Amino acid sequence: MTTAYLGMPTAPPGVGHLRGADRFPVAARRALANTQLRHNLAMATATIRAKRAAVVGELADWEELRAAGRAAKAGAMRQLDRYLTQLETAVGAHGGVVHWARDAIEANQIVSDLVAATGSREAVKVKSMATDEIGLNQALAAAGITAYETDLAELIVQLGHDRPSHILVPAIHRNRAEIREIFLREMAGVDPGLTDEPAALAEAARVYLRRRFLSARVGISGANFAIAETGTICVVESEGNGRMCVTLPEVLITVMGIEKVLPSWADLAVFLQLLPRSSTGERMNPYTSMWTGVTPGDGPQQFHLVLLDNGRTAALADPVGRQALHCIRCSACLNVCPVYERVGGHAYGSVYPGPIGAVLSPQLTGVEDNATLPFASSLCGACYDACPVKIDIPSVLVHLRARHVEEKRQERRVPGAEAIMMAAASWVMARPGRFAAAQRADRLGRALGRRRGRIGRLPPPLARWTQARDLPVPPAQTFRQWWRDEHGKPPPDTHREPHREHGKPPPDTHREPHREHGKRS
Amino acid sequence: MSAREEILARIRAGLAGGEPPGPGQGPDSDGAGSGPGISFRAQGHLEPDARLDLLAERLADYRALVRRASPGERGAAIGAALADRGARRLVVPPGLDLDRAALPAGTEIVTDDGLSAAELDAVDGVITGAAVAIAETGTIVLDGSPDQGRRAITLVPDYHLCIVCAGQVVEIVPEAVARLAERADRPLTWISGPSATSDIELKRVEGVHGPRTLEVILVGR
Repeated sequence: MTTAYLGMPTAPPGVGHLRGADRFPVAARRALANTQLRHNLAMATATIRAKRAAVVGELADWEELRAAGRAAKAGAMRQLDRYLTQLETAVGAHGGVVHWARDAIEANQIVSDLVAATGSREAVKVKSMATDEIGLNQALAAAGITAYETDLAELIVQLGHDRPSHILVPAIHRNRAEIREIFLREMAGVDPGLTDEPAALAEAARVYLRRRFLSARVGISGANFAIAETGTICVVESEGNGRMCVTLPEVLITVMGIEKVLPSWADLAVFLQLLPRSSTGERMNPYTSMWTGVTPGDGPQQFHLVLLDNGRTAALADPVGRQALHCIRCSACLNVCPVYERVGGHAYGSVYPGPIGAVLSPQLTGVEDNATLPFASSLCGACYDACPVKIDIPSVLVHLRARHVEEKRQERRVPGAEAIMMAAASWVMARPGRFAAAQRADRLGRALGRRRGRIGRLPPPLARWTQARDLPVPPAQTFRQWWRDEHGKPPPDTHREPHREHGKPPPDTHREPHREHGKRS
Repeated sequence: MSAREEILARIRAGLAGGEPPGPGQGPDSDGAGSGPGISFRAQGHLEPDARLDLLAERLADYRALVRRASPGERGAAIGAALADRGARRLVVPPGLDLDRAALPAGTEIVTDDGLSAAELDAVDGVITGAAVAIAETGTIVLDGSPDQGRRAITLVPDYHLCIVCAGQVVEIVPEAVARLAERADRPLTWISGPSATSDIELKRVEGVHGPRTLEVILVGR
C-alpha cells in the first residue's frame, strides 16, 4: 500500500480508475487533436451552463444555500468518526448490514462475496462514481458476475467499451450519431431501423433494459447522501433506472464513500436544492429515492451498505485539501472549466475529471501518482464560483502544486530544474542592477520566437515548461527603458507610488509601448 | 485491527492533524454546522391559491399532465383522466379512497396485494395519493402510506395518476423536508415530472424507465 500525507494510506494502484495511463499533458495533447470531441463538448457544456444559470438565478437565497452547504459538509468532516458510527447504528436498527472497506480491493471483495452469496450471476447497477472509482464491474466480471449499467450514459459507455468522461453525463463526448452506431453494433435485438433521434435512442435503451430490471435479484447503487441521524440513504436520478435498481431486486448493495454522510435529516433541505440545480440545471431531478434499512413488504429485503475509504482519510488529513471531500458530484465545475471544455474527461485519467478531479484524484492516490493534475488549470476561478458547496478549488490546486514540489524535493535531495530556476530568480530580483542586466539578456529570447511573437519550445532543461504552454516573446524594450526614453530620467522609486506624487495619471502615450509589452494573445 | 477500527483510527488521526485555515476561506468555513449566521429560506410566502397555481405551472413545465378539481369533483376528475387516457386496468394501493361509481364503465381496479413485477408490467396504470407536494420545484413526494402503496406499483406501470390535495402542498423544499422528518424511516420517492434523460447531447427526453406519463389531479380551490 502506498502512503503519502502524514503516512495515511492512499488508494492502491492496479485497481480501479483513479490513475490514467498517460500524464495529463500527453493525454491532453491527444484529446486536443480530436475535433469531433471538442465540438461535442463545446455544445454540451454550453447547453448545461445556460440551464444551470437560469435555475440558479431563480433562487434569491442561492448564496445562503451555498454557505449552508459548505458549513454542513465542514461540520460532517470535523466529526466524521462520530457520524459514521451513528449512521452504522441507525442502518443496523432498521435491518441493514454495514461493511467497512479500507480500499478498492477490500470493497470489491465484499461486494463480490455478497452477490455470490445470493446465487445470482447478474446485478443491475445504478450509475455510481464510487463503484466506478474502485473498478467494481471488472472485479465482478473476474468473479463471474455480470454487472449491467442501467443509466443511459453509462450504458452507452459500457456498450462502447469506453470510459466515462464526465461525472453527470459519462457519454458527453459522444454525439447522437455515434450513440446510434454503438447501439446498432452492440445492443442485442435492437431495431435495425433505429434513428439517431434522442427519443428513439432512449426508447431502445428502455426496451433493452426492461427485462433485466423486472427479473434482477441483485441491485447495486452508490449514494448521494446518507443521513447519520436517521440512517437514510438518498439516490438522486432522472431516468427511473435508479428506482428500478433500489426497488425491484431482493438484495440491494450500496457502496458509498465515507465523506457522503450528512449529520441530520434537515441537511437535505439544503442539498436537495443545491444538487439538481447545479447538476442537471433543473429545479428538481425527476426521481429521488430515499430508504432506511429494510422496509417489510416494500423493496429489497436485504440491504448492505459498504463504507469506502480508498484514500479519503488521506485527504481528510490535509487541512487545506480536506474540502475536496465536500464535493457532491454535481459536475458544475467541469461545465464551466475552460480546460475541461477543450480536453474532455479522459485526459484526466481518473473517473473524477475536471477541476474537482484535479484536486480529488491526487489526494486519493497520493500526489505523486497524479502529479500533473494540479497543474491542469489556469486558476481562473470559475470552478470556485460555480461550486454549490464553495470548495475553493484554485487554492487547493496551488496547495497541491506546493505539496508536489515539496515531495519531489524531499525525494531527490538534489534540487530539480524548477528549484534551481527559482533560486536564480530570487538572486536576480534581490538587486536592481542584477534585474536590469537580466532583462537585457532576456531580449535575446526574441530571437527564439520571431515568427508569431511566441516561443513554442525551449531547449532542455526548460523544455518541460514550454511543453504545455507557449511563452510570449520578451518585448523589444523593458518598461524601465521605455520610461527613460519617454521622460529622460529613470523611473522614480516605485515604493513611493509615482502616480500620486506627480498628481496626475501617467501620460496617454504609455498605451502604445504598453501594447507591445502585452503582446500575448 | 478490523477495517472498521482502522478507518475510524485513520479519521481520528487525520483530524488531529489540524483544522482548515480559517482566514481567506470565508466566514462560514469554520462555523458550527448549518446554524448561526446562515439564513436560507425556511418557508415560502405564497397564499394557498397562489401556491397551488405555482405547483400546477411547475408540474406542467416538466411535462406532467395537470387537472384541477374541487373536492366534490375529485371522482369525476379521476374518471375523466382514465377515459382520456383510455386506461382500463389499473392497480391501486389498498388504502386509496376511490369512488368507483365515477369511473368509466368497464374500468378494472386491481388492488395491490403484492403483485409481481411482471403483473405490474401488464396493467395500464396506477392511481395513488401523495404525501407532500412542493410547488416551487413541481415535486410530489410519496411516503408509502396506505393510499400510496409500496414503491414498485408507482414505478413499473407506464402511467401514474396521482391525486394531490391542497393541504399537502408546500411552497419550497425546506418545508417538505420538515414535514417528512417524522416519516424519514419510510421509503420516500420524490417525483418531478415523468422519467427523463438528458444523456444524449444534454437534450431532455421524457420517458425512459419510470412511468412515461405522469398525470396529477390537484384537489382544492
